[in-house]
Order: sequence, then C-alpha cells, then structure tokens
Amino acid sequence: MKETLLQLQQFIAEPWPWYVAGPLLAMIMFILLYFGHEFGISDNFRLMCAADGADEMNDFFKIDWKNGGWNLMVALGAVFGGYLASHYFMGSQGDIAHISSATVQQLNEMGVPAKEGATPLVPEFISWSSLFTWQGWLIIAGGGFLIGFGARYAGGCTSGHAISGLSALQLPSLIAVVGFFMGGLFMTYVIIPLIFPIK
Amino acid sequence: MMRMSRYILVGILLGFVLYKSEAVSWYRIYEMFRFQSFHMYGIIGSAVVAGILIVQIIKRRHVKNVEGEVIQIRDKNKSIPRYLIGGFIFGLGWSMAGACPAPMFILLGSGYTVFVVYLLAAMTGTYVYGLLRKKLPQ
Repeated sequence: MKETLLQLQQFIAEPWPWYVAGPLLAMIMFILLYFGHEFGISDNFRLMCAADGADEMNDFFKIDWKNGGWNLMVALGAVFGGYLASHYFMGSQGDIAHISSATVQQLNEMGVPAKEGATPLVPEFISWSSLFTWQGWLIIAGGGFLIGFGARYAGGCTSGHAISGLSALQLPSLIAVVGFFMGGLFMTYVIIPLIFPIK
Repeated sequence: MMRMSRYILVGILLGFVLYKSEAVSWYRIYEMFRFQSFHMYGIIGSAVVAGILIVQIIKRRHVKNVEGEVIQIRDKNKSIPRYLIGGFIFGLGWSMAGACPAPMFILLGSGYTVFVVYLLAAMTGTYVYGLLRKKLPQ
C-alpha cells in the first residue's frame, strides 16, 4: 500500500505533458459549470477590490462580493495547490522549466541567464531584490497592473476567454484572444529586448 | 462550509495542473510568444478542443447542474474595441510579467512571496479600470 502511494506521488511529481494539462483545464471548467459557475480567475481582482472597500468609492465595484465567495475559494485553493505541488511533488530534476534549446539560446543572447535543463520556473529577476531595479519594478508592478487593467477591460483573462469563451464558441472571446496575442507579440519582440540585460 | 470546500479542491487541482505543466513559468510564456515550442499551444489547444466537446454535449443533452437546473452558458456582449484593446493591454502584461492571473496565486503558494506585489498591482490595475471605465471605448 505504502509503495503504491509512493509510486503515485512520484508519478504526479514528474512534469505533466500538455495533453494531460489541457483536458484537465477543460474538466475544471466543466466542474465549475456543474456547480453553477463560469471559470474566470481575473474576476477575483475585482472581488478583492470590492472586499477592501472599493464598493463604496466606485459603481464598478458595487457588487456583492460575497456572491463571488466561490471564486475567491478557487483562488485560495490555487494558493494551496501551488504550495502542495512545490513542497510535496517536486520533480526528480527539481522544479525546472523544460524550455527548448532555441529559447535558451535566445535568452542568453539577450543577456538573460538560462541553462538547458536547469532553468528554474521563476526567473531570478522576479524577486524582492529585483524590485530595486527599474526593470524588476516594471516587470512585476507594471506587468501586474497591465494584467489587472486589461483583464477587466476585456472582461476576462486566459481562463475566462481563451478557455471558457473559446470552448463556448464565443466570437468576443476570439477577438480578446487575438488581442492577447497582439499585445504579447509586441511586448516580446519590441519591448522585452529593451528591458534586458538587467544590470 | 461544505459548499465552499469543494471550490478549494477545484483550486488545488488548478494549482497542480498549471504548476506541474510549467504553465506558471515566465520562461514558458516567453517561449510561446517566440513560437519556439508547441507546449503552451498544446495546453491551450487541447483545453479548447476538450472544452468545445464538453459544451456541445451540455447543449445537446441539456445537462443539469448540481441544483438540477439545465446548464446555461451566457453569450458574451458583442463589441470589438473593448475585447481588442483590453485584450492587447492584457497581452502586454501577460508576456512581460510571464504570468496570467491564476499563476500569480499558485506561485504565491509555492513560496514566491514577491507575487503579493503582482496581486496588489493587478488589483490596482483593476481599480484604475473601474475609475476610467466610462471614458474608455467599450
């Protein structure tokens, strides 16, 4: 029994291929629909604003945030999930991002340290100490701000539009996803090369 | 309490899926936008294919939810500028920060406490959108 459980733990701990992760995301969408809700993580930012008192300052936040309690619980669960996955199910090579050699080379040319087979999930420049550099500040605070602003403007993020919306064949979601990619490509090809290297 | 704990379990599953598939990684997002790997496209693509099948089955078989009501999926409001401009801004943030909203919560749980700053920044962004909403093209 104990051996089987250990094998199961090791099985879960190995990196999950895309064809496992994708269908599971669709299943999460279905479970939430079955519970009477639509999958959408970014709405939590609005709920968190409302819960912190923004409901008294602006109409957009005049929502009964307690009705969104279910979604805040999904977000809280994601925090636990991140804790469990990283503390009890670490892969045999550690938690690394198995990026392609082309990407490693690209990053090195740009002045971002990366090593094939030894790239951590979270880069060094995403840390408290990098908040003392303008680049770190831009990536962390600037990136976070754009995500919060853009997700609400577009009415959803990757989960709400790219997964739920496209699954329901919603044209607005397709437009939003096209927007995501236009923004992402502009940032990746035009702006990110100006940000690095961080000195 | 029971009603709420099931959502925590869904969140835990979400955390595992995105963490173990490396979709929480800044590097994976960068690689995706450089078209240097199929991995992220595989995740999103297979999620959408499976999702379309699920939604079609729900619609054709009139699948009921836990309350016994037929599952309805609301149509999103029709507009172009809102989705295109909002989406563009989101895309800028997604590729620079290397994380979309769910991974911010997941990585915070993994012990990267700096993601508190991400979350506060995202809340600020959402709040500023709320203030400017009426002045923006919708």
